[in-house]
Amino acid sequence: MGVCIIGMAVRFVRYFLGLNWQLDRVAYRAHPAAGIKGAARSIYKWLIPFGTRGWRTQPVMTAAFFGFHVSAVAVPLFLAGHNLFLESKIGFSLITLGPALADFLSWLAVGCGAFLILRRLVLPEVRILTTWDDYFIWFIALAPFITGLVARYQMGSYGFWLNLHIFCGELLLIAIPFTKMSHVFLFFASRAQLGMDFGIKRGGMKGTKMAW
Amino acid sequence: MPEGTYCNKKPINTPEEVNFLLSDSSGTKYYEEMKLLDVDSELLASTIQKTMKTRLKTWLEICAHCGMCADSCFLYQVNGKDPKQVPAYKIQSTLGEIVKRKGKVTNAFMRHAMEVAWAQCTCCNRCGMYCPHGIDTGIMFGYLRGLLYQQGFVPWELKIGAGMHRAYRAQMDVTDADFVETFEWMVEEYEDDYPGLTVPVDVEDADIFYTVNAREVKHYPEDLAEAAVLFHAAGENWTIASKGWEQTSLAMFAGDWAACKMQVESVYGAMERLKPKRMVGTECGHAHRATVIEGPYWAGRPDGRPPVESIHYVEWLAEALESGKLKIDPEKRIQEPVTLQDSCNYIRNHGLKKATRTIMQHIVAPGYFIEMSPNKEHNYCCGGGGGFNGIGVFRKQRNRALLTKRDQILATGAKLVIAPCHNCWDAIRDLEEEYEIGIRWSFLKPLIIKMLIVPDHMKPVE
Repeated sequence: MGVCIIGMAVRFVRYFLGLNWQLDRVAYRAHPAAGIKGAARSIYKWLIPFGTRGWRTQPVMTAAFFGFHVSAVAVPLFLAGHNLFLESKIGFSLITLGPALADFLSWLAVGCGAFLILRRLVLPEVRILTTWDDYFIWFIALAPFITGLVARYQMGSYGFWLNLHIFCGELLLIAIPFTKMSHVFLFFASRAQLGMDFGIKRGGMKGTKMAW
Repeated sequence: MPEGTYCNKKPINTPEEVNFLLSDSSGTKYYEEMKLLDVDSELLASTIQKTMKTRLKTWLEICAHCGMCADSCFLYQVNGKDPKQVPAYKIQSTLGEIVKRKGKVTNAFMRHAMEVAWAQCTCCNRCGMYCPHGIDTGIMFGYLRGLLYQQGFVPWELKIGAGMHRAYRAQMDVTDADFVETFEWMVEEYEDDYPGLTVPVDVEDADIFYTVNAREVKHYPEDLAEAAVLFHAAGENWTIASKGWEQTSLAMFAGDWAACKMQVESVYGAMERLKPKRMVGTECGHAHRATVIEGPYWAGRPDGRPPVESIHYVEWLAEALESGKLKIDPEKRIQEPVTLQDSCNYIRNHGLKKATRTIMQHIVAPGYFIEMSPNKEHNYCCGGGGGFNGIGVFRKQRNRALLTKRDQILATGAKLVIAPCHNCWDAIRDLEEEYEIGIRWSFLKPLIIKMLIVPDHMKPVE
């Protein structure tokens, strides 16, 4: 957890420090208000399912994408078991998911993940982009869900699966700052940058909001 | 042979060098020599080290390989959904590879990258609107073009184009004297029809400083006179500059950033010299992109703005029509189905969709204006953007690229296409020549002049 948070904080700060107004050709500092407005809109619109034309043109992909990502954020953060652990360690916990919802979301993540992997194998325009790294990322993303579900249904040795689940979870957290998984945070940075670009340079200051 | 006599890494700077390269017709020897050109891997790696900052690095790294950009690219669609035309693939397999191999790439790789950079991407930036991560592949291709140019792997016409800017501060061999003379001569030609028509040259503190595209001077001089007529009719206090009059930048298409800077500084120099209230540029998309949107950064202006407020012709025209400075005879408005080409460079990339539609309301009789689909920011490139129109060696690919626009126009049923952009205008002309769908195409100026209520002071003396 520490590696993940510190690693990502460093990458996040380095991203913004590494933006260069002249090479990127965006006057970030000269027009902060327009930049912030553009960045916020660019992030917000893309966080809403079917909120952009891009999402709307590929509805099945969008449904699977949000199905996976909503679960991937909600289950680790709000699962009752995780929060009990958190409570016992630091005396603090978040709101928790009911058991039925937690089960549903976990299966949803696995189902949507399987669909997205299948999509990668089937569609030529996605297959051509796919590398072994992409499958590795899927492996470390889905492993905590699968091991968690096996443990939850108490198939085989609970202790073994729980330990494996914890190990996979740790692996995922460590992978976040060092692999493509960094998009967990860098999504916001990259979207903010393009939002600033449109907000400052490409029409925002002409009073035209980008029709994402 | 590391460096050829025609094809090499050295930019061309003088009229003599331009003529020498032009003497190699169609670039036959140029492309032959390119096959032997060495790749300076060290220079490539050090340039990347110096100029590739976190934005581009992160884009290359976090691309989720999801393929959502595929359908956004008209070149992917129009080439039978060839997976090799997926924007993410195109950039990962060129720029991505160069970065991964730290510049250690072969001559054949660079020539392939050149084809991808100029014949498989028009830098229309449409894919950037469809990427969940906000990755704008068009911007990355612009960057790749710069790397390729530096290594000498650039289409012949664009090497010449960039050289023209270096030698003449214009995209064609038009000197400052040619420009002023042509403008004055055209205005004289129109003077009988529009008494009092003049072209003010180098007037300080004017309300409008007008900049043009050099090909208007060379090939379409009537466009200059039409601009003068409309400024005159609107009662504008305007001027042209005898130096710094060229708004375009083929250097931008070529990726010759040093020439981009030279070119735009000549225009900014005129602004600083003449101190006009505003600059108005002609009906050109990339000229606006170069001088108004990107230019301030090449010139090192931290506020990202030109020295004086600079607007596109469509903004001025919309304003003149709205304020009543120009009056349209309602009887003479367009009364046939008509459609409008949204130029990527100032619609998607500068948010001017409202201005062109305001103009349509004034000049098209109700019920005759038909939008293309998709339109506005989501419109497709004309098929010839980013220099594609002018590159002979990629003509076959360009002609195929025109099919998207052809089908978009056919779907509207309109026989008249308004294209307030030189590049789009050319592409639409070429698509009519190539596919003969029976359309006409026009800039705004000639249309407006035909339907203008000529103010009394401009009526010919009987």
